[in-house]
Amino acid sequence: MAERSKKRSRRKKKKERIPRQPMPVRPAEVRNKDFTEVALGFTPELAQKEAQRCIQCANPECIDGCPVAIRIPEFIQLIVDGEFSAAAQKIKETNTLPAVCGRVCPQEEQCEVVCILGKIDEPVAIGRLERFAADYEREQGDVEIPELPPSTGKKVAVVGSGPAGITVAYELLRKGHAVTVYEALHDLGGVLVYGIPEFRLPKAIVADEIDTIKKMGAEIKLNMLIGKTRTVDELLDEDGFDAVFLGVGAGLPWFLNIPGENLNGVSSANEFLTRINLMKAYREEYITPVKVGKKVAVIGAGNVAMDAARSALRVGDEGTEVSIVYRRSREQMPAREEEIHHAEEEGIIFRLLTNPVRILGDDDGYVNGLECIEMELGEPDDSGRARPIPIEGSEHVLDMDTVIVALGTSPRTFISDTTPDLETSKWGNYIVNEETGATSKPGVFAGGDIVTGSATVILAMGAGRDAAKAIDEYLQG
Amino acid sequence: MHKILSKEKLAPKIYRFTVEAPPIASSRKPGQFVVLREFEEGERLPFTIVDSDPEAGTIDLIIQAAGYSTQRLCALDAGDTILDILGPLGKQTDIENYGTVACVGGGVGTAVIYPIVKAMKEAGNYVITLNGARSEDFVILEEELEEVSDELIVTTDDGSYGIEGFGSTVLQKMLEEGREIDFVVAIGPVLMMRAVAEVTRPFDVGTIASLNALMVDGTGMCGGCRVTVGDEVKFACVDGPEFDAHLVDFEEQVAKLGYYHEEEDECRMHKLPHELEQEKA
Repeated sequence: MAERSKKRSRRKKKKERIPRQPMPVRPAEVRNKDFTEVALGFTPELAQKEAQRCIQCANPECIDGCPVAIRIPEFIQLIVDGEFSAAAQKIKETNTLPAVCGRVCPQEEQCEVVCILGKIDEPVAIGRLERFAADYEREQGDVEIPELPPSTGKKVAVVGSGPAGITVAYELLRKGHAVTVYEALHDLGGVLVYGIPEFRLPKAIVADEIDTIKKMGAEIKLNMLIGKTRTVDELLDEDGFDAVFLGVGAGLPWFLNIPGENLNGVSSANEFLTRINLMKAYREEYITPVKVGKKVAVIGAGNVAMDAARSALRVGDEGTEVSIVYRRSREQMPAREEEIHHAEEEGIIFRLLTNPVRILGDDDGYVNGLECIEMELGEPDDSGRARPIPIEGSEHVLDMDTVIVALGTSPRTFISDTTPDLETSKWGNYIVNEETGATSKPGVFAGGDIVTGSATVILAMGAGRDAAKAIDEYLQG
Repeated sequence: MHKILSKEKLAPKIYRFTVEAPPIASSRKPGQFVVLREFEEGERLPFTIVDSDPEAGTIDLIIQAAGYSTQRLCALDAGDTILDILGPLGKQTDIENYGTVACVGGGVGTAVIYPIVKAMKEAGNYVITLNGARSEDFVILEEELEEVSDELIVTTDDGSYGIEGFGSTVLQKMLEEGREIDFVVAIGPVLMMRAVAEVTRPFDVGTIASLNALMVDGTGMCGGCRVTVGDEVKFACVDGPEFDAHLVDFEEQVAKLGYYHEEEDECRMHKLPHELEQEKA
């Protein structure tokens, strides 16, 4: 007995000695000039070392922390055992896009925040391990297409090919339903291809993961704007679909509504990033232009703002100065810590407690300044964050020639305008049953940003999983 | 992939294409547009749908070779393909029976105005069409417009054909002479639409203009097509492309015209595919 407990404590001690493994990244002064991926990922050695830190809890809280309930300890054990591709397949039991999620999920707020190791040391680097397993499987050519049951004869239209839509398509195909995916743009992936930059999420990896649904037999219809090219009613009544999933995202960019916002040199982060990511303006052979001056202000401090700022630095000429302009302080910035950190390393200037009040322009209508007012923090507001209060008399003009607005997005109305029995909130978000994603219109389900407003990839995927389950039940019932 | 079924030269550098796009052909309404991308590395460009044939599954586009991308498009022939076409986009024109409607088209804007003339006529209006061009060679769609208009007046800037001058000045004369006009549609260069708006403003004649704004996706995502209309900022792609011409801030639109000139110049240094082929041969 004594010997046994001694053994256990020795083993425990040994595990605790391994510190959380940092993931290798490319040096800031090199990477901030190109679009090659910033993070390099774990080597098999690093991955196994990190995986050994997991203590394989009997009641793992990390699974509850994950919106798609990945069997985290099980996949980590497979990494410990050197079964890397099997680890990826374990993740894929519940997550369609592990290489994507391993890169862009805010694990620090989800699975990792509840990791028991975090209470005494740092949590297991679950996200990095997920990324490693998925990359390994893909690079080895081990990706397997799940076996499909016999066809149910039911047809589902999935509208939007972002994280929610792709998840729904995958889950329904696995149940034997026929799926047609409608995408308004010319590439699949939604925000994964037009929004998140190459240096954070390589598009080839997105395409590879999405390819799975094509191999599983999904029919893909690009350049189809549902609500315009076809309506939801036409899909149901004329095109023979038994159910429709709407994962159309929240695409309409917010602006500040301050004077000067329509001057040349002002754009939304959506436009700026779409030109770079979807239209590949950073690549010589692509002809879509993107314009960046010498002094760029990115307004906002979420992940999209960081993406826009870091992209501006990369497409700008040598010496281009890029600032984040944000009305609150560092603690309230909504972006992931890792993104803020990377942006700082790459040389982004943070102008905090600074609120733009007016964009100034020259006689030809081009931006030449950003008038701001300094702010101080007061009592928390409705969002729970300290309310920024303007300091009287602190107006000042920042020398800027480019302004990129990254404040968030709201729903577009193509579908709600043409689908009268689809209930929406006053902001245009679709109202759904939270558990099933069912909308007010029978046979029509929804999930992702169009329901919640701007959120994360993984929350959209979680909503997609729930909706797929409900759609499957609906089709059987 | 969308096959080009026919191509017709209307004027120097202006071509009419009939292109396969069945779902768009059956759902489009007058005033709506498409966004197309000719080839993988190409831009996404907006073009108004001039006409459609739902049974044949085709739409007609009129394209003027101006920059690199439109020169490439105009070098295409029947049998060639366009990679992506998205649509129909934008709101349809408010077609109703206003009484007498004047449709003022300038340059390639005449192509855009054609489906509206046709729809206005079908709605029971008496339609006066003012078809303006630089010179005789550039007058387009004369026969087609003749067919769907009650009156057709052709103007040329240099007087080489029809009445010398601009559609806006002809319209002004009509209004001054007391001609009853209940509604005006102006489509063409920004400066021309602004001129028409100024002509009709004192007479209090409702006037709409169709803005050909810069845009990327055409679905409300980029906001590149922002336009100030009265006190509001609108997106031409989803709220337009037509707006009350008396409320549009045309100065702002004028300033936007030259925004990508440098990039366009850079692009022009690229040789067009047929030029490259000629060199090879």
